[in-house]
This record gives sequence, C-alpha cells and structure tokens, in this order.
Amino acid sequence: MRNRHLVARIYLTFILILLYVPIFYLIYFSFSSGKNMNKFEHFTLAHYQTLFQDNRLLAIFLETILLALLSSLIATIIGTFGAIAIAAMKKESNKKTTLALNNVLMVSPDVIIGASFLIFFTALGIGLNFGSVLLSHIAFSIPIVVLMVLPRINEMDMSLIDAARDLGANSWQVFSDVLIPVIMPGIFSGLFMALTYSLDDFAVTFFVTGNGFSTLSVEIYSRARQGIDLEINALSTVMFLFVLLLVGIYYFITTKKGRKKNHRVMGGWVK
Amino acid sequence: MKKVIAAITAILIACAGLWGLAHHLEKSATGGNKQSLIIYNWGDYLDPQLIKKFEKQTGYHVVYETFDSNEAMYTKIKQGGTAYDVTIPSEYMVTKMRKAHLLDRLDQRQIPNMKYIGKSFLHKSFDQNNDYSVPYFWGTLGIVYNDKFIKKGSIKTWNDLWRKKYRHQILLVDSARDAMGMALVSLGYSMNTSSSIKLHLAQTKLNSLGPNIKAIISDEMKMYLVQNEAAIGVTWSGEAHEMMEQNPHLHYVVPKQGSNLWFDNFVIPKTVQNKKAALKFINFMLEPKNAAQNAEYVGYATPNIAAQKLLPKKVSDNRQFYPAQSTLKNLQVFKDLGPKKMQEYNDLFLEFKMYAR
Amino acid sequence: MKNKKMFFMIPYLLWIILFVILPILLILWYSFTDSSNTFTLKNYVEFFRNGTFLKMMLNSFWYAFLITFLTLIISYPAAYFLTKMKNQQLWLLLIILPTWINLLLKAYAFIGILGNDGLVNKFLRLFGIGPVNILFTDFAFIFVATYIEIPFMILPIFNAIKEINPAVIQASEDLGASKWQTFRYVLWPLSRPGVESGVQAIFIPSLSLFMLTRLIGGNRVITLGTAIEEYFMTTMNWNMGATIGVVLIVLMVIVMLITSRKARRKKVDL
Repeated sequence: MRNRHLVARIYLTFILILLYVPIFYLIYFSFSSGKNMNKFEHFTLAHYQTLFQDNRLLAIFLETILLALLSSLIATIIGTFGAIAIAAMKKESNKKTTLALNNVLMVSPDVIIGASFLIFFTALGIGLNFGSVLLSHIAFSIPIVVLMVLPRINEMDMSLIDAARDLGANSWQVFSDVLIPVIMPGIFSGLFMALTYSLDDFAVTFFVTGNGFSTLSVEIYSRARQGIDLEINALSTVMFLFVLLLVGIYYFITTKKGRKKNHRVMGGWVK
Repeated sequence: MKKVIAAITAILIACAGLWGLAHHLEKSATGGNKQSLIIYNWGDYLDPQLIKKFEKQTGYHVVYETFDSNEAMYTKIKQGGTAYDVTIPSEYMVTKMRKAHLLDRLDQRQIPNMKYIGKSFLHKSFDQNNDYSVPYFWGTLGIVYNDKFIKKGSIKTWNDLWRKKYRHQILLVDSARDAMGMALVSLGYSMNTSSSIKLHLAQTKLNSLGPNIKAIISDEMKMYLVQNEAAIGVTWSGEAHEMMEQNPHLHYVVPKQGSNLWFDNFVIPKTVQNKKAALKFINFMLEPKNAAQNAEYVGYATPNIAAQKLLPKKVSDNRQFYPAQSTLKNLQVFKDLGPKKMQEYNDLFLEFKMYAR
Repeated sequence: MKNKKMFFMIPYLLWIILFVILPILLILWYSFTDSSNTFTLKNYVEFFRNGTFLKMMLNSFWYAFLITFLTLIISYPAAYFLTKMKNQQLWLLLIILPTWINLLLKAYAFIGILGNDGLVNKFLRLFGIGPVNILFTDFAFIFVATYIEIPFMILPIFNAIKEINPAVIQASEDLGASKWQTFRYVLWPLSRPGVESGVQAIFIPSLSLFMLTRLIGGNRVITLGTAIEEYFMTTMNWNMGATIGVVLIVLMVIVMLITSRKARRKKVDL
C-alpha cells in the first residue's frame, strides 16, 4: 500500500511539473534582458517597467475583468429566471424543447458561435465594439447558468412553497424568501462558471470585436503573432500572482468553512 | 434576498470602479481630452518615434492598430463598426476598395508635401490622378536565406525552392496573392493570371512545395529567421531588411524570373472620424526628414525623392532594396482582378493550406 | 400568476430567439446563398465534390479524437491517484490553478519552449540529440492542445471516482478480482459519467483551436476551426464558411442522437 502511494505521488508530481513548466518558463524569461526566450541574458526589471507604463494593456486588463463581471452577472439573472420558468412548465414536451434549445450553445464549437454571432450582429447592423462583445458573452454564459440552477429547483421540496403560501406569503415573498435562498448555491456556481467562461474565451470574442475594444486574449494573440515580446512574459507573471492571490484567499476561506461543512465545494469547479 | 441584492450591488460597484479606472488609463494613454487619430497599418510598419513626434507637434493622440494582410484589413473595414482614419493598403487593394466605395477622396491641397514624391510613383494605373492614395513605400517580394544552412548564392530563382534538400525549411508568407503569384511566375505565367486552368496548375505546383514548407505565417517570420529557426523565408523586401540588420547571415534575393513589385499607399477609408488629422498625418509623413527616418526604421524603399537623398548612401545604393533597372523591368504589379477572381485565388490558397504537408 | 410566469419567461425566451434560433437560421441562410444573395446549392456541391473539404473535416475529427484520447490516458490515472491523496483540496487547487492563466499565454510559452533553441531541444542536447524540429509539426499542435485540456479532464473524472463507494471496490477485491478486473468491471463503469463529461468538455473545443493551429501549427495543420475563421475573417467568403459550419452542426446533432439513443437502450437493459 505504501508503494502504491509512492507511485501516485510520483505520477501526480510529474503532472504538476508538466502543468507548471510553461508558466514558470514565461516567468523566468520575464526577468531576462534579452529579446527572446532562448537564452537568459542579465537580470532586469525593464519589461515590468514597460508593462506598467503600457496604459493600453493595463486598460485592456481591467476591461477584461469588467466584461467578465458584468456579463456573468446579467447572464446569471437571465439564466436563473430561465431555469425558474423551465421548472414551472407544465408540459413535458415544452420543457424538453426548451432544454434542447438551451443546450445548443453548450455543444457548439466556439468558432461556430463566434461566426453566427458575427453574422447576427452584421445583419442587425450592430457595430462591433464593447457592446457586441458583452452581448455575446452574456449569450454564451446563459445556458451554463440554467444547467447549474435547474437541478436545485428540481430537487427542491415543493411543499416548502405550499407551506409559505398557506402562511399567507404573496408571490414575491415566496420568490425572495423561499425559492431564492434554496437555489442560492446553484446560482453562485452558475455565476462562477459564467465568470470562468468569459475570462477564458478567445474564439467568440475574436469574431465579434471591432476596433477600439479588445480583451486580453485577443490582444495577446495579436501580439504573439508579431513574435516574442518579453512584455507579455511580464504580464503573465503579474497574472499568475493575481490568480495565486485569489486562489489563496479562496483556499483560506473554504478550508476554514470546510471544517464545519462538507468538503465537496470544489466539485463546482468542473468546467 | 438582501444578500442577493447586496451581492449584485457589490458587483455593479466593482464594475463601475473598473470602468472608471480603465477609462482613466485610456485617457492618460490618450493624453486627456485630445482628439485622436486611429491608424490601421501593417505590424511594425511605422517608426514609433514619429508617432510621438506627430503627437507632440499637433496635439492629436494616435491609436495604432495593425493587420497582417490586405484581405484582413479589407474585411474589417468593409464589415463596418470601425473608425479608422488612415490605413495603408497595397495597390491592387486600393483599386478594390475604391470600387467598393470604401475610400474617401483626398484633398490634395491639404497635402502640399506630395511634391516630394518621385514622378515615377505617381499616376499609376491603380489610381490615375492620385485622388485616393499617396505612395508610402514600395518594395519587392523575394527570398531570404541563411548562409549558415545554405551555400551563399545557391538560391537564385523561385524554382530553387522546390529542391528536395530544403525539406521542412521554408517559411512562406501567409498571403494568397503573393504565394499564388510566386507559383505562377515559377511556371512562367503572369502574376495577374485570371485563367482558371493556370491558377489550378499554380496550385498544384504550390502543393508540390508542401514537404519543403515549415510554416505559413506572417509577421512572426522575422523573429524565426533571425533566430535561425528556419533556413529560408519567402517575404517582402522590408521584412528582409530588418532581419538582415539583426542577423548578418541572412541574404535577400529577388528572383530574376520576375517577382512582385508593390506600392503601399496612404488612404483615408470611408470610416474616417477625424479627416483633418488624417490629412495632417499624411502630410507629416511626407516631410523629407520624417520620411527618411521612417524609411531607415522600416527598411522598405521610399518613393520620396527628397527623403532618398537624406538616406545614407549604404541604404539608397543597396541593390537588394533599390533594385537596378534590369531587375525592375521583370517585376510585375498586382492588378485588382475583381471579387470573383480574388475569391478564386483565396480559395485555392486556402485549399493549398489544408493540403500542404 | 400568469403574469409572473411571463416576467420570468420573457428575458430568457428573448435570449433563445435572438441568440440561439436566429443565428442558426442566419447561418443556414448564408450557406444556401451566394455572394449576391441568391439561393444556391453551390456551396454544398462544392463542399462534397471537392475532396479537400472532406479530408480536412476527417483530419479535424481525427486530431480532436487524438487530443481527447491522449488527455484521457494521461488524466485518468491522475484523477484516480488524486482520490487516494491526503491533501486533496490542495492538490486539486494546484491542478486547477493553471487553467486560470490565459490560454493564449500558455500557447505563447510553447513558442519559446518548442523552438530549435528552446527548452526541449536544450534538454535533448544533453543526450547528444541534435536540434529536433518540433515547432510547426502535428505533434506540437496535439501536444500543446493536450496540455491545455488535461485539467478539464481530471476534474470530472476525479468527481466521478470520488462518488464511488469505497466498499464496492473493497468488495470486488475481497471477492478475488484481480486489479485489472476491478478496474474493468467496477471502477471504469462507475466512473463512466465523469469520463463522458470530460470527453464532451474536450472534444468539442478541440475542433476550434484555430489560435493553436496558427501559433503552434504554423498553418500546417488546418482544422475546421481554422477553415471557418479563414473564410469569415480573411477571405470574406461567409457563404462557404457558413456551409462548413452547418455541416459541422449536423454532424454534432447526429452524434448526439446516436449517443443518447444508446444511453436510453442501456437504461432499458438494466
């Protein structure tokens, strides 16, 4: 049994090394005074200096986060409403059709979503800018929110609602004091997934963005196509530290709570 | 429910904060409330120092965005929703954009520095009276090779690229007109061929180059050739010039059989928001001193005669980049072949890319 | 009450109509017209008559399959071992963390790593193996794609294995089943749902990795995603691009119908 654990540990360590090598490779060369990622010349912070003077890139960084927050918030609201509406449907066939339509965007490859949205915006004469990107991000985040919230509603004990009604609660009270608190975990994981989708997206944004607005992914893509630029390496160090900080906070909170509650919080992290 | 509302408010406040901060950063990048000028240009095709100088002189703020092929640029502008003030298409694209009514007429009185442009570069067939375009740079398509891997002087013609021993060594420029044009010339046809049979033959010839091709890329080719990642590149003269400055092992050849002679031009697209600034910018760039500085930075040949005189002899006498008459007469200028034919070129090239291996 | 329902329904319905139904109709419309907006079947005829498209399609599915398969092979043991570890939360966090670094940044790192003077070749040189051409090969593309997808495969499988009651495995071992038998008849079937959702989460995105075919594949690998992107963004032939899109959608629907019917049959058998 000991033996088995050793194998497990070695294999997992190997996987972790594989996962982290590219990231540390980027970080390592961000301190090199050279021009490429082949040879480390001298230690320098010059690339960080350029990065922090590059207001355009910093603005794009902030706007990417803004886009993610705003789109996931709106998608969560619409998606939650959608899930409630689907759960309330009486006819089984209606339910099925709606769910099938809901899942269309889940199973379509990104390029097709991007291309069809591009056609859509052009057909309606909507300009390609922050607005079109925001609409697209909301659109592709809604189905995942529905899928996260719906099971919670279905699992819910319907007698709760009846009880609330018997106690004289009006529809609004039933909604806000009974339904929402019960499905809250679903809503949160929906929001979280929407956030991840938005931050992670490249292909859809690439299709529906025009000049004047770009997300971090699109910007890195166009810079990477010019060749290696160690300013991007500096950017990845900053992003890595940022993520590390967020994850650290998250870990701290969940392990504190986790001792009291169950340990399966991480399940929601699955893409 | 209170919690929910609190959470929503928190996110909204965070959004507002982010928006404010991003706006502030962009503003400081644009230098306050200044009017801006959006230039849509090829990557690394303008000395950034000159942009700073222009901003200082005029007080406009310049936004510089890039494209990597005429076709991609055309798509973006045609698509709409953009606000570019100046862009720099090649000659056949000027014709195409004009036909598609995407260009704004230039008021030549606003560009007095036009007078510095050499006569042989004006009144070309793609824009008879220079109503829409002002020459920016001109150059050729050719072959760059690295003498570390390939004997000096052993590559002279396009057909040399097909040699078996160059397996997996060629970087090809990702541009339908140029790649197809190269294959056409190697077969002895015109680069403006519109015969479908000849085009298919050219595609077949290109397909047979497949095993020798390492990658089909654009701007990043410079980096790879400089770093000795590949031995041969098919690219434009100015790109070659820049690489050669960074890696002395590189050489540039314009095949004798003929090649492409191209002119890139300033135009003002219909999407223009700030015409005054656009004209000012074009005029600024034609100023001999600025044009010379730009030519030295970019490495392409300038049509600006006054600027040419300001360039060091070493540059203006370099036959690789200011070719002799004997080479020039074999070079061909792209003509606009109309949307149908262009589609055919594009589709054939894309098919080649799917097939190339 | 009726109004209330409508209040919930309207934004969602609007979304379905505007962003699901309408785009599908538009993409269909484009695939059945030419550049002058007249009805034509030309695009489809071209698609099925010209061997390159079919070949490219097969190629993309083959690449997507390879990527998914490799990811599965690497991830399954990792997920299994994870369930045996003590500090699961920490390990899991370490595996998830890289997914939060932008995908394009990771792709960009590989431009440096796979080059002739990059990390891999430096490593190989220690053993006296001369510079190997890695960047711009099929291998490079598949490797980088696999790298990016690994965490997305580990997580669902981990969750599925975690749900299995350890007593079941214990029982199988007590009954004298070999390790292989335990895996084949107990572990694998019970972790199937996780594998399935992992496969689904990877196969579909693998079809549209056009940024990787560009940056890492040097346009030597052209997949469906690259082709659609080229038709839409560079050559402006939206009609052909839409046609490829429609064919892809139809294929996906067929695959889904087949797999769901199978699933149903399974349920009846039980």
